[in-house]
Amino acid sequence: MVMSVLRRLGQTLFVLFGISVLVFLVFFATPGADPTARIAGRNASPETMARVRVEYGFDRPLPVQYARMMEKLFVTRDLTSYVNRGQKVVPEILEAAPVTVSLVSGAALIWVVLSVAMGMTAAALRGGWVDRGLMMLGLVGISIPVFWLGQVVNLVTQSRYHDSWLFSWVPGLGYVPLTEDPLGWFRALVLPWLTLAVLFVGIYSRVLRADLVAVQSEDFMRTARAKGLSPVRVLLVHGLRTSMITFVSLFGLDFAQLVGGGALLTEVVFGLQGVGRLTYQALSNLDLPLIMATVMYSAVFVVIANAVVDMLYLFLDPRVRDGR
Amino acid sequence: MLLAVRDLTVALPIGGRLVPIVESVSFTLGAREILGIVGESGSGKSVTSLAVMGLIDVPGARVSGSVRFRGRELVGLAPRAYRALRGREIAMIFQDPMTAFTPVYTVGRQIDEQIRAHQKISRTDARARTVRLLGDMGVPDPERVAGRHPHQLSGGLRQRAMIAMALSCNPALLIADEPTTALDVTVQAQILDLLRGLRREYGSSVLLITHDMGVVAETCDRTLVLYSGLVAERGPTGALFAQPGHPYTAALLDSIPPLHGPRPARLPSIPGSPPAPAERPAGCPFAPRCVYVQDSCAVRPPLVACGEQDVACVLPAEGRPLPPRFVSEMRA
Repeated sequence: MVMSVLRRLGQTLFVLFGISVLVFLVFFATPGADPTARIAGRNASPETMARVRVEYGFDRPLPVQYARMMEKLFVTRDLTSYVNRGQKVVPEILEAAPVTVSLVSGAALIWVVLSVAMGMTAAALRGGWVDRGLMMLGLVGISIPVFWLGQVVNLVTQSRYHDSWLFSWVPGLGYVPLTEDPLGWFRALVLPWLTLAVLFVGIYSRVLRADLVAVQSEDFMRTARAKGLSPVRVLLVHGLRTSMITFVSLFGLDFAQLVGGGALLTEVVFGLQGVGRLTYQALSNLDLPLIMATVMYSAVFVVIANAVVDMLYLFLDPRVRDGR
Repeated sequence: MLLAVRDLTVALPIGGRLVPIVESVSFTLGAREILGIVGESGSGKSVTSLAVMGLIDVPGARVSGSVRFRGRELVGLAPRAYRALRGREIAMIFQDPMTAFTPVYTVGRQIDEQIRAHQKISRTDARARTVRLLGDMGVPDPERVAGRHPHQLSGGLRQRAMIAMALSCNPALLIADEPTTALDVTVQAQILDLLRGLRREYGSSVLLITHDMGVVAETCDRTLVLYSGLVAERGPTGALFAQPGHPYTAALLDSIPPLHGPRPARLPSIPGSPPAPAERPAGCPFAPRCVYVQDSCAVRPPLVACGEQDVACVLPAEGRPLPPRFVSEMRA
């Protein structure tokens, strides 16, 4: 057990190293994106270019450049933006991260609870109109673009009906830190949560229903019924637990990519200064240090989430524990 | 009479219409008796047992006839009442012990679950009973086995655990659906010994479903031969083996390799295959494969008494029963 955890940790570090090299090469060593020209600005004189090159170490060999970049990113953490001179990149991300984490965690909670409830209900009432209705609803949820839904939500709650009793509690767009005002944090985020969750409720409830229906024909489900257990217990204890494996692996990946910046559209629509938005800004300005930092940040999340999912497998499926 | 099944018919919707999988099957099972239900795959033996368990849940399926268990009618019984019966008074063992346990829980936990589903009993007491049951089933080191997951046990151990689970609430009737098919021959013999011992130690009756005539000869007091969802023959095992009344039973017995005497170069087999339930002929379903087929087979023959058995064949009624078999090696 300890060995497998350690091995997993080693793999994680290796993957992160690989990603950092790749990202570094893509943005700093591709011919089109000469970092010196980016920093020096348009129509810079050759003298300025040379000065910048020395200052940032672009005249040194690539491995040295890479090492300096990583040192600035992880050790001294004083990597500065190329676009807004003097703006330190790492604190900027640390400031954006809580916003994204708040947004995604809340949405994740909603989508897990709702999709489990919907998937189970649909599977239990398979073939009936409730099943069909729920699955249609899921499909609708999958089909609605999140930015459109967000805009509609804003239109309704911020302008059209904002003064009605129904939506007068909705605060203006933006983020309220949890530590400052928990209630305000909740009020500011509840609509973004729901908006972001809609797509995933659709996907997850359909996936779970399919898995539950597939598991119904398994021998052990028949055994469970032959034991005289109630249908609810058979479905929950024997069916759901066994069907959770796909669900969990999907969840790990989706959660990680959202925390890593995938919630960009929701963040933009609701004026949340999260990581997704930061990445978007960095890309549109080609702010290389910021890109480097945000990509590394999201890579860390994806890799960690993968490791966590693997650990969960060990817990969920004893057969994995024995390496079979 | 513990179990009396009369005219049990199970029809499943296939291709838009109800097709009878099992038709008018009748049999009885007394206390501490072992009844074997024999037949090829698709003969309806498993469907019969599932119908007795009330586990046929295909949407649109229709179960008719009568299943009386201790005088109580089970066909049409309310789900809740059936649930209280299932696992407690009627328990079932399935063919493949690998897939019959939920893979993510320990064997002990699954047995505890059944005990606690039917009795108000503490977790520790349930576990103590589980361990005792496993020990009774000849499981070495039952405490450790109770803490293992199904995939960590051998097929024989899993089937013993399965039987322990089925017996956990001391059921009056145990339905064993091909309990030895997935096991090695040596383990098979042990499990059959175990099943035979049950009526002595637990007072259980057993409905043993199998396609293996050898298993029937070794284990069952009485035998029911099913062919294509219909009863071909039923009667005491000894008599049925000594003088089969139905050509199908005789053909089945002929296809067992003899233990003594000259070996045939090639074992006799029955040509053709049983008809699908939807294409069952109006007359005797075995007629297309039968060497004795004649004109009167075009009408479905009723069950008639023939010696100690009941046979669904026109031959005994016409006064031309099949000859007795030379069975000295079978009865040893």
